[in-house]
Amino acid sequence: MQLGIAAFMLRKLLRLALLLIAVAIFSFVLISLSPIDPIDAYVGADMLQISPEQRDIIAQRWGLDQPMMTRFILWLRQLASGNLGTSIIFNQPVSTVIGSRFQTSLQMLAIAWLISGALGLAMGVVAGARAGSWLDRAIRFYAYTLAASPTFWVALLLLLVFSVSLKITPICCATPPGVLTRDVTVWQRLHHLILPAATLSLIGVANIALHTRQKLIEVLNSDYVLFARAQGESLVGIIRHHGLRNIILPALTLQFASLSELFGGSVLAEQVFSYPGLGKATVEAALRSDVPLLVGIVFFSALFVYTGNLIADLTYQIVDPRIRIGKSS
Amino acid sequence: MATSFLPRRPAVRFNRRQITLLSIALCTLFLVAIVFSNRFVGDTGLDPALTQRNQPPSLAHLFGTDWLGRDMLTRSLHGMSLSVRVGLLAAGFSAIIGTGLGLMAGTLGGKVDAVITWIIDVFFSLPHLVLLIMISFAIGGGTKGVIIAVALTHWTSLARIIRAETLQVNSSDYVQLSYKFGRSPFWIARHHMLPHVIPQLLVGLILLFPHAILHEAALSFIGIGLSPHTPAIGIILAESMRNLSTGYWWVGVLPGLLLLLAVQAFDTLGENVRALIDPKTSQG
Repeated sequence: MQLGIAAFMLRKLLRLALLLIAVAIFSFVLISLSPIDPIDAYVGADMLQISPEQRDIIAQRWGLDQPMMTRFILWLRQLASGNLGTSIIFNQPVSTVIGSRFQTSLQMLAIAWLISGALGLAMGVVAGARAGSWLDRAIRFYAYTLAASPTFWVALLLLLVFSVSLKITPICCATPPGVLTRDVTVWQRLHHLILPAATLSLIGVANIALHTRQKLIEVLNSDYVLFARAQGESLVGIIRHHGLRNIILPALTLQFASLSELFGGSVLAEQVFSYPGLGKATVEAALRSDVPLLVGIVFFSALFVYTGNLIADLTYQIVDPRIRIGKSS
Repeated sequence: MATSFLPRRPAVRFNRRQITLLSIALCTLFLVAIVFSNRFVGDTGLDPALTQRNQPPSLAHLFGTDWLGRDMLTRSLHGMSLSVRVGLLAAGFSAIIGTGLGLMAGTLGGKVDAVITWIIDVFFSLPHLVLLIMISFAIGGGTKGVIIAVALTHWTSLARIIRAETLQVNSSDYVQLSYKFGRSPFWIARHHMLPHVIPQLLVGLILLFPHAILHEAALSFIGIGLSPHTPAIGIILAESMRNLSTGYWWVGVLPGLLLLLAVQAFDTLGENVRALIDPKTSQG
């Protein structure tokens, strides 16, 4: 058993290493092919003031005169030692920027993730148990509509209704303006992340609700549920004893897999609400040509999604007694 | 009350197939109307009319006017038309990549299959939007950037479907016989696999559009997509962000609603075409 877990983790780590190498190759090729000149981007507005000789010195200092392969290997060596470079717009190490920005995003992501999971599951169960009723139709309509609506538009609507018209939520940022970071209370923080988290929850619900509904209908049509009904089990009892056990597993996988979409959604939601998290940093990096930060964020997002899937795999082992590490393969 | 004495006409009821066909027709009509709407509406609504600034929706301006007095309905339709065309182009390229790689993986098998499957996995383990931002940034933004970025990120699910389908056909007798006759894998891919996967390809292509359009709008909204001077739907929504606190809600709400409708029309179209093609449901 112990050996099984070790082998499992080793395999996962190997896959992660391969994934990160692929991401490294991909980003390197992409940035090398890009028409954006790194020296121009670095020099910025002073472009007219430097001579060709100075440009050559910068190119030499950065190793831009080396062939592509050498540059790639040099870069990879830096990456392997944990050096992601320095962000141009924040003038800080990329890892520091990502760390602090992610901390701000994390609360929002976690709240949105939990709410969308719980709410989606509940809606799916209700819709599946009452399949064909008006409640089911309403939930399905909601899910299909939300699945088709642009995240930033939903965010915009929420902002219009709750911040502009009703004035019950703040219009931007993570903290009230003009207040020092250490003076911000927990309540104020929560107050500011209600809307971004609500946007992501509202959108995240759709997928899991539809999936749960489908699964529950399958379970309710099975022979063992028919038998349980014949024994006099109530609908609530059937859902509790037969339904949930079958639903929870795929729902968990789905919810962990949705981390990728959640991350993407947070980019848009943070942009609308000017929430200074990692998503906002992504947009800023792209708009202001901060290549090190952008590449760092791509790496981080790969790691983030991978961790989510790994946790899903691990919870599977815990929740489902039929699957145990080592036995499966 | 007089009508109640007349014999009641039976309510027109359609069977499932007719409803499917009807939805396909309606969605297609709606989408074609959107694509060509910019021809009919004309450009007059795009000119600033400073006497009619920030008008709420009325009969003259169904979507209201913006802060320069431009008619929002005209602008939204122009934007939607552009977005749909960009989406079609991007989804088309994406489908070509997906089909090509899916067929290759399924037919050649072995190492090629392993590599392609791995590439698909890598793409799946990165958030779409981050990838889109990265690619369109590297290409330098603009319409070209958006199309390439969307095309490069959306092929994975289609490639998976095509690969699975091809693998299935690959083990069938007639394909095995074809190999025995000495046909090359490419000949088989072209003559046996491609005709076989066309239904999946069609459905996959239609279901790619909504994603492509949404992501195009998202990129433009962020500011690294289409140029800010084009009336794309993402740009219009980004502009409306500036006027948010002034209470001119229609500038943001109504164009977004149009986008939502177009995306849903594509979704419905895809689902119905699938229902029509899929032998399990087409008879109903």
